[in-house]
Amino acid sequence: MIQKTGPGLSTFAAPEASRANALHAGAWWLWALGLAVAASRTTNPLLLGLLVGVAGYVVAARRTDAPWARSYGAFVKLGLFVVFLRVVFSLLLGSPIPGTHELFTLPEVPLPDWAQGVRIGGRVTAEQLVFALYDGAKLATLLICVGAANALANPARLLKSLPGALYEVGVAVVVAMTFAPNMVADVARLRTARRLRGRPTGGVRAVLQIGLPVLEGALERSIAVAASMDARGYGRTALVPASVRRTTNVLTLGGLLGVCAGSYGLLAAEGAGYGLPLLGAGLLAAMAGLRLGGRRTVRTRYRPDRWGPRAWLVAGSGVAVAVLMIWANAYAPEALHPGVVPLEAPELPLWPAVSILVGLLPAFVAPAPKENA
Amino acid sequence: MIRFENVSVRYEDDTEPTLRGVDLTVPEGELVLLVGPSGVGKSTLLGAVSGLVPHFTGGTLTGRVTVDGRDTRTHPPRELADVVGTVGQDPSAHFVTDTVEDELAYGMESLGLAPAVMRRRVEETLDLLGLAELRDRPIATLSGGQRQRVAIGSVLTPHPKVLVLDEPTSALDPSAAEDVLAVLQRLVHDLGTTVLLAEHRLERVVQYADQVLLLPEGVMGSPAEIMAVSPVHPPVVALGRLAGWEPLPLTVRDARRRAGELKGRLEGRDPAGLLAGLRDSAPPAFEARGSGGGAPGFGKGRGGGLNLFKRRRTESDTPTPLLHVEALAVRRGRVEALRRIDLQVHAGETVALMGRNGAGKSTLLSTLVGMIAPTSGTVRVAGRVPHTTAPGELIRQVGLVPQEPRDLLYADSVAAECAAADADAGTAPGTCRALVSELLPGVADGTHPRDLSEGQRLTLALAVVLTGSPPLLLLDEPTRGLDYAAKARLVTHLRSLAADGHAIVLATHDVELAAELAHRVVIIADGEVVADGPTAEVVVSSPAFSPQVAKILAPQHWLTVEQVEEAL
Repeated sequence: MIQKTGPGLSTFAAPEASRANALHAGAWWLWALGLAVAASRTTNPLLLGLLVGVAGYVVAARRTDAPWARSYGAFVKLGLFVVFLRVVFSLLLGSPIPGTHELFTLPEVPLPDWAQGVRIGGRVTAEQLVFALYDGAKLATLLICVGAANALANPARLLKSLPGALYEVGVAVVVAMTFAPNMVADVARLRTARRLRGRPTGGVRAVLQIGLPVLEGALERSIAVAASMDARGYGRTALVPASVRRTTNVLTLGGLLGVCAGSYGLLAAEGAGYGLPLLGAGLLAAMAGLRLGGRRTVRTRYRPDRWGPRAWLVAGSGVAVAVLMIWANAYAPEALHPGVVPLEAPELPLWPAVSILVGLLPAFVAPAPKENA
Repeated sequence: MIRFENVSVRYEDDTEPTLRGVDLTVPEGELVLLVGPSGVGKSTLLGAVSGLVPHFTGGTLTGRVTVDGRDTRTHPPRELADVVGTVGQDPSAHFVTDTVEDELAYGMESLGLAPAVMRRRVEETLDLLGLAELRDRPIATLSGGQRQRVAIGSVLTPHPKVLVLDEPTSALDPSAAEDVLAVLQRLVHDLGTTVLLAEHRLERVVQYADQVLLLPEGVMGSPAEIMAVSPVHPPVVALGRLAGWEPLPLTVRDARRRAGELKGRLEGRDPAGLLAGLRDSAPPAFEARGSGGGAPGFGKGRGGGLNLFKRRRTESDTPTPLLHVEALAVRRGRVEALRRIDLQVHAGETVALMGRNGAGKSTLLSTLVGMIAPTSGTVRVAGRVPHTTAPGELIRQVGLVPQEPRDLLYADSVAAECAAADADAGTAPGTCRALVSELLPGVADGTHPRDLSEGQRLTLALAVVLTGSPPLLLLDEPTRGLDYAAKARLVTHLRSLAADGHAIVLATHDVELAAELAHRVVIIADGEVVADGPTAEVVVSSPAFSPQVAKILAPQHWLTVEQVEEAL
């Protein structure tokens, strides 16, 4: 029996995720950043809600049950908190938005003359609240997009795409970041252990008393990890000729100086002519320096993620959403920024909404995680 | 392969050197076991091989250590990474990356091996250590035994000529420990790797060793020679010495072949010995329940119901138990950590909880002291509900020495710790200090708890817990990192506590400890009680949980060398 292996429909369905077909972490970040850019271009709550829905759907469809994938919930909570905070501040501090629909009046704190322009309490209008809500929702959507990238892409894998010269620094940063969850676990463990000594487990005193043991534990653990990394060859360097080292330093330093001068030229009024070429040259020199610096490290990479067609599709869908939304600002600015003064109900504009739905593509093309309970 | 020439190591603040004048040569392809009591410098010696001593720990090393011809004075650990693989006592402090496959590759990446070579070696190592199923798993989700195997795998992939392991099995249950040791033996046999390992649980490892190095004397010889004179030795050797077997057997199998005559002498004697009195005075233990967990659904539910009914009836004529657990269930998130646990412990009784890593032993102990609230079912300690009782009142009823005794100690000196313990328990000042002096003679008031040895710290924590004189004492994995002498002292303390009427429940992987102490053994698997009965019955019938003496003298019910000695 010869099985038919022609290009049927199933060839294009998303394969089961494994190490070999893992999507490049950079693709997920580009996709999420694309959604974030789109979110920054609108204050229409319906469009923002659609963006959150798209991000949430993709996360639900494609995240694994790895520890870093659980961060999405935390980001959603953080987003809601941001909205709440934005509204509370608007209530308390007032808002420059002029409004006619007065809802209620908070007692106003009398302030001395020098604090003119600052107000605590006072009149609260519907316009001001709606504006705060829209603004908060935009920020929250940005955060949720970042959270989606965090949940979908393993942060350690992103490291593998760094240039060799920066890799070791990157490892140090990632290892350092794992200490936060470890310390949280330590605090929880020591707090419950206080019960064994017959002391209450809550309260400020409990935290103060376990502070020192927690820090001691964290310090000991970091020394142990450092010893283990050293014993496993972290920081081995290859011998490079002195001339190469000098060239590396000159290129990197010169390149960075060029970048600084170039950016200044671009921003300053009179230097626009030489700004761009200087910036370009600086960037090139710095990149050459990094590349040359990579010769000093001997490390190789084990199974780096490949940037395949699926990665192009995922990253492309995010970029497309961003581009389409920027374009939509040109053809339908009113729909993207529903009026606050005078108040009007936001509408869902058809074409911008359709362009946001393009962001759902990863839920169909990215490799699907294994189904296991 | 490894050569020490007149090596001494001294740390800054110490007056005495930790290692003094060590001379030794370890040939290629040998498995060398380091034995000796706590604090004789086993870890220091291991660290000196990988170069972590003195490059990382500080201190001064005199003399010369060479590994595969490289002098550790001129080669820092990272330059030795391709010849020496090191796994420390705590595997979780070893991991740099977050998934199994990346972790296996990390060392090779640092050495700059070609991608094709890395790929092949990772696959080989996954098979060698039986990790293929776990390759994509985040390390944070692995069990203790799996982590230990990943840690060993991660140093194996660069194909080091020397493997250095510090207590590789101390945190593992018996069968996980056997897996790890089988892997080591395979490496020595198949790849010619030189392995140097330190381990307190000699009953697990001594039969695998080609040579044994005894510290602090620094003599090296064949296992049988060294075991004949070593102050630390496993029960099989103790039994061999007692019976005068020559040459000394090191494995249960060798010993069993010789045991015919000894069995004859023991025939007809009561295998109760020292524990007889205690065991008889203890209330009759419950029969094994749950019938192995085979019968599903209807049958099981009905069985449980009947049990409940039966127990209700018998309870009226036995004294009220100190600890009463009925149909206890604990859920953590979606995981059912404990299911339908029934357990009763009476005053004066010692119960050992056994079971593989992650079976729910620690969860059960935490529930008994109210650190975890039960999801359903009831827990009563001396008539109180632990998680709703005020901590200050509860510590007079039940005390737990946690797996990491350091969690209990906050103060910066022994004296301050004792004063705090007296205040916590509301006892007369000096109560705790008196306990410390009794259990731990010769410890100065000003000593920082961190500077105590593992065994001393455990004893200090025990003293702190005992200050409130709780009638129920719980210990979680009390012998981790203890040498035989410290363990023997602990056993003596616990026996006298039990004789004073304390009830003791200990969760342990140490079958020898359970054999020496426990009247009853409760085996937990998957959050359920699968066996509950007198130690001799439960332990002798189970290959994983039976102590060496029981294996040698089976089918007779002897558990410890001490019992045999008493009977002869």
